[in-house]
Amino acid sequence: MKTGAKILVEGLQREGVEIIFGYPGGVVLPIYDELYESSLRHILVRHEQAAAHAADGYARASGRVGVCLATSGPGACNLVTGIATAYMDSVPIVALTGQVPTNLLGNDAFQEADITGITMPITKHNYLVKKTAELGRIIKEAFFIARTGRPGPVLIDLPKDVSTTAVDETKAFPKEITLRGYKPTVTGHAKQITKAVELIQNAERPIIYAGGGVISSDASAELVEFAECMGIPVTTTLMGLSCIPCDHPLNLGMLGMHGTEYANFAITESDLLIAIGVRFDDRVTGKVQTFAPHAVIIHIDVDPAEIGKNKKVDVPIVGDARSILQAMIAQLNRCSGREKWLERIRHWKNKHPLRYKEDGCLRPQFIIQQLSNLLKGEGIIVSEVGQNQMWTAQYYCFRKPRSWLTSGGLGTMGYGFPASMGAHFARPDETVFDIAGDGSFQMNIQELGTVAHYRIPVKVAILNNMYLGMVRQWQELFYDRRYSYTELPSIDFAKIAAAYGVDGMRVESCDEVVPALTAAIETDGPFVIDFRIEREENVFPMVPAGAAINEMIGGHPR
Amino acid sequence: MKAHTLSVLVENKAGVLSRVAGLFSRRGFNIESLAVGTCEEPTMSRMTIVVFADDAQIEQVQKQLNKLIDVIKVSDITDIETVDRELALIKVNAEPGTGRSEVMQIAGIFRAQIVDVGAKTLVLEVTGDTVKIDALEKLLRQYGVKELLRTGKIAMLRGAKTVKSEK
Ligand SMILES: Cc1ncc(C[n+]2csc(CCOP(=O)(O)OP(=O)(O)O)c2C)c(N)n1
Repeated sequence: MKTGAKILVEGLQREGVEIIFGYPGGVVLPIYDELYESSLRHILVRHEQAAAHAADGYARASGRVGVCLATSGPGACNLVTGIATAYMDSVPIVALTGQVPTNLLGNDAFQEADITGITMPITKHNYLVKKTAELGRIIKEAFFIARTGRPGPVLIDLPKDVSTTAVDETKAFPKEITLRGYKPTVTGHAKQITKAVELIQNAERPIIYAGGGVISSDASAELVEFAECMGIPVTTTLMGLSCIPCDHPLNLGMLGMHGTEYANFAITESDLLIAIGVRFDDRVTGKVQTFAPHAVIIHIDVDPAEIGKNKKVDVPIVGDARSILQAMIAQLNRCSGREKWLERIRHWKNKHPLRYKEDGCLRPQFIIQQLSNLLKGEGIIVSEVGQNQMWTAQYYCFRKPRSWLTSGGLGTMGYGFPASMGAHFARPDETVFDIAGDGSFQMNIQELGTVAHYRIPVKVAILNNMYLGMVRQWQELFYDRRYSYTELPSIDFAKIAAAYGVDGMRVESCDEVVPALTAAIETDGPFVIDFRIEREENVFPMVPAGAAINEMIGGHPR
Repeated sequence: MKAHTLSVLVENKAGVLSRVAGLFSRRGFNIESLAVGTCEEPTMSRMTIVVFADDAQIEQVQKQLNKLIDVIKVSDITDIETVDRELALIKVNAEPGTGRSEVMQIAGIFRAQIVDVGAKTLVLEVTGDTVKIDALEKLLRQYGVKELLRTGKIAMLRGAKTVKSEK
């Protein structure tokens, strides 16, 4: 006979789980007791939100399923933001929550919260386990659902008695699972693929618009191969950055609200848009009617519901990006250049590069460029949300997929620091940097406790402007500089780090930047750098909300 | 915009109805009616959902429904030959002398059953398609409808074809 708690731990190990991020409490005591002697590693975070983000960071950096664990009620509720973040960015995590015993369900028992009800709209699927006998099957299903098709978070709610009840161990795990309502499409429709290839071969001004789906299906190499053979420029979304090396001649960087001018111009003038693993989000398209107005649109996505949701598509192809790109590559009978179009793009690139004032003041763009030079595309860069995120997206030179983790869809401040912890455990040999704002860092600053406790060697570069910078920027541009509740007092972050036993320093001038970053990289343990940047630096260029993407402000005169 | 009828086969499990209902409210889809019950296969239930939507919206509704793990199959049967039925209970003012016999006559014409006779009211039970029930309701309004209950439409394909999961 085996208890539910034992089945759970065994089930996780059967799924290949090595590490979970969690926080204990009353109803998960039986599970924690089981973990006490298990080889399954558990990291005690300082807030459950961080457990969810760490699981997410682990998943994004590794391509495997991340796991977090929390107690019922407040513990489970604290996971919610992290689950929603993973949901919006299609990240495979399994969230385990304790629940009050089944006989108390629905009674407003102590620390009861209807977490399956609460997370219904932000999970790919969720389960309330009613009987221990179902648990083995549910674990198997949960991992299968989380990692296949369009990946996403799955939650399993475990009443205390389900964990303590023992069942016949020979029946604990089914050999196979069948989900008759879940059959994700992998291979694309052959006719549609042929049609797409024909269109691509005949287009004059094609452009690839690549997103997070390319990263999550590990299709980056295929994407680059395809683009090179056909001479097609590539622009990526925030989530798609790193699928093509930043310095690749065909790379146009990010498009959309804070994208490059040349990417947005190229989209606007293109005659064929090849959208791969993207969802035509409003931050990308601006005014959707004027997005790629002259283009025939091919849309490749694993989720049929994304096709035609925001923009009408001419050639939909449902399936896994990698498998479809491979099929498309197989059909290319010749490679071809597109000199005129690429020449026009080179011209835009030369005339409209990203730029910032290089006047010796400590500017965030400079810091990011220096970090980029030091790491040379190795390592994992994580960001928080706001200006710090956009500057990183614009100025960091990404060279490898899964080297860039950020909360794109939900835009969760506080994501970066705990996600960096997860990223470290996924790839322990690599340098992990969280590029933060002073506002965002304070949203999960308590995780200094975790990184100190386990000596997790993540480095935090705070671009400290003593503002909620991105909001301040909008107030400056659109609210007549009325800085309503966006100023933050100066915090001595190095001292706070020191109090936790973490090394840190403050940097106030340009020449200190490289030494500070080098010190952080060379330190074995965690490190916090408090960069006092130009306070009112803005992210430019910018497409005002609701404008067409080629109507950018703060760019070059045309 | 028009009324679409969806026949949806789902797992017969706790929480399925709230997953479906939650999806509709969250995405701002307009449910006209929803009828759900067990079906020929005990592990499944069948829902008949009537939604007001244009072509793009109904496509999204179906795709989003299909994303729910507990939804096994979604079919838009709006433009297919179906038998569709609703049941309504209507409590109408019908005092002896003032309209009771007229109401009973109307009931007869519509093949509605009189299932309860009160001192001042009659309760009619009627089944039929939506148009028929709408018509009856409209006629009875002039006598004063005190209470009205409709089950929402259920619909089945005519002939040998069925809405089944492809297994
Ligand atoms: C949890 C959360 N609350 C509020 C916001 C809205 N918001 C977006 S950016 C931003 C400011 C971020 O400030 P900071 O972390 O200091 O970064 P900066 O923009 O200055 O780089 C805020 C408040 C958010 N994205 N997430």
